[in-house]
Amino acid sequence: MSSILQIKNLDVHFGGICAVNGISMDVEKGKIITLIGANGAGKSTILRCISGIVKPQRGDILFNGESILGLSPDKIVSKGITMVPEGRRVFPNLTVLENLKIGAYLRKDNFSEDIEYVYSLFPRLKERHWQLAGTLSGGEQQMLAVGRALMARPSVIMMDEPSLGLAPLVVRDIFSIIRTINEKGITVLLNEQNANMALKLADRGYVIETGNITMTGTGAELAADERVKEAYLGKKREQ
Amino acid sequence: MRETFWDKNKRTVCNLGLVAVIFLALVAIELFAPSTSMWFSVLRKVCTFSLAAVSMNLLNGFTGLFSLGQAGFMLLGAYTYAIFTIPSEARVSVFRNYGTSVIDFQMPLIPALLIAGVVAAFFAFLIGLPVLRLKSDYLAIATLGFAEIVRGLVQLQQFGPVTNGPDPINKFTSPDNVLVYAGITGVCVLLIVLLINSTYGRAFKAIRDDEIAAEAMGINLAHHKRLSFVTSSFFCGIAGAMLAMCNTSVSAVTFTSSMTYQILLVVVIGGIGSVSGSILAAFIYYSSSEWWLKFLDVETFTQAGTKVPLLGPGFRMVVFSVLIMIVVLFFHKGMLGSREMSVYDGFMKIRRLFCRKQTAKTEGGEQA
Repeated sequence: MSSILQIKNLDVHFGGICAVNGISMDVEKGKIITLIGANGAGKSTILRCISGIVKPQRGDILFNGESILGLSPDKIVSKGITMVPEGRRVFPNLTVLENLKIGAYLRKDNFSEDIEYVYSLFPRLKERHWQLAGTLSGGEQQMLAVGRALMARPSVIMMDEPSLGLAPLVVRDIFSIIRTINEKGITVLLNEQNANMALKLADRGYVIETGNITMTGTGAELAADERVKEAYLGKKREQ
Repeated sequence: MRETFWDKNKRTVCNLGLVAVIFLALVAIELFAPSTSMWFSVLRKVCTFSLAAVSMNLLNGFTGLFSLGQAGFMLLGAYTYAIFTIPSEARVSVFRNYGTSVIDFQMPLIPALLIAGVVAAFFAFLIGLPVLRLKSDYLAIATLGFAEIVRGLVQLQQFGPVTNGPDPINKFTSPDNVLVYAGITGVCVLLIVLLINSTYGRAFKAIRDDEIAAEAMGINLAHHKRLSFVTSSFFCGIAGAMLAMCNTSVSAVTFTSSMTYQILLVVVIGGIGSVSGSILAAFIYYSSSEWWLKFLDVETFTQAGTKVPLLGPGFRMVVFSVLIMIVVLFFHKGMLGSREMSVYDGFMKIRRLFCRKQTAKTEGGEQA
């Protein structure tokens, strides 16, 4: 077992509010890891810390055994960690193709193969490659956001709420793509509110509540756990 | 069917054709227009402010940084250019209040233009370090403040031996051939267009669309914003030098913030994010305000001897402002929006319109 990403005692405060409170976790290489939890639990903050957008007050983040704490976001992307931001955030006034090219911004080599690869994952994007990204549907924008993150040839891809605001059928497509990506050897760190689907997919899950990890286990274990079922999977309390 | 050269490049070829036609028109004006023609002074101004507007568009339209420091950078460019191109023998008479000028040599036109750009870019780099951390309106306020500070500083007596204090500088090299202006603007706009279409340009547009996503994609925000700011100021400095050539005299009072607003107006009318829009708008704006609407300022009498109502000094600006309001109301994204002008597409659109009319006519005929 080798961990690609290690988080040690991470503390993040926004003003006086504690968003992440001494969290430690190990992300194994080539696995799908999911963080589940309610709104405001601190899931997104953890991902933002890893990508360098938010600076933690305390703790350390190791990538392949090397600290990436305090590096700028572009350095972290060039090391091979990319993020699919929450709410898709495609560039609305750029075409689909330009959006993909921005994803490969830090790469100096030829990336036409990667564009073909993304098109093979999402044939819809190929049909619409000349269209402005702002005119795509929500599902297509999410595909584009995932494709854009893949263009950097990451070894870890972090997805912040990929199912947000999408129809159930589209969510299923996105999740099957996540599996395909993972089969290519890319480690996926998935941050989801749709705990049911996320736990089915994940090799390992963490339950996060108000900045603390309250439970951890394999996806199947967590999905079977009574407390998780009650809190996140919508099971009714027995009368 | 194989794609031919024409299929792939028809838009570029048509646009190059348009550029060639404009160039030939300029040559024709230069050669054949009577020397008293308004074309000369108007075209010089149009070239100058086209460049200023395109450089402002690079910053405001393509990178999404709302900066209002244009007048300040143009002033720096204008002064630098003027100071370096005064002939040595004329220096004593220009700087008579300060004995003589500190700089005592004359440079040819092109190096002086480049230095004008470099000086503006250097100051942009310095103030960019603190100022580019600000967002939207705050950035506008800070850069506007910078422009006012520069305008105040160059007029100080202490800088007299360099800037001639509050007195204007004149007698420097100022060509009056329109083609010189068009050439400088052409080269600079070409460079800006190449930058916009490069990977850097794509990164600028990404920053404009969504800063957070751009950062998550690994675009270094500070570096790219600074690059855009410095490049824009470089070309602004050159535009300032061209304005100095147009006016044949430089004084700080020309470079007020209202000049920045004029340039902003040109950018907005042409379309934020459209280079050809800025140039088209600069042409329309300056030729109407300096020439086509001039007759409104002259008190005119009819043959019967009665005065035509309303016409008189200042009325031009009233009509002009109404026209601008109409443009802004009906083209709220500017004349071209964020698109570029394309001769081929325009032609096809007209043809389609024409063809549809024809088919409609024949259909109508059959029904009858």
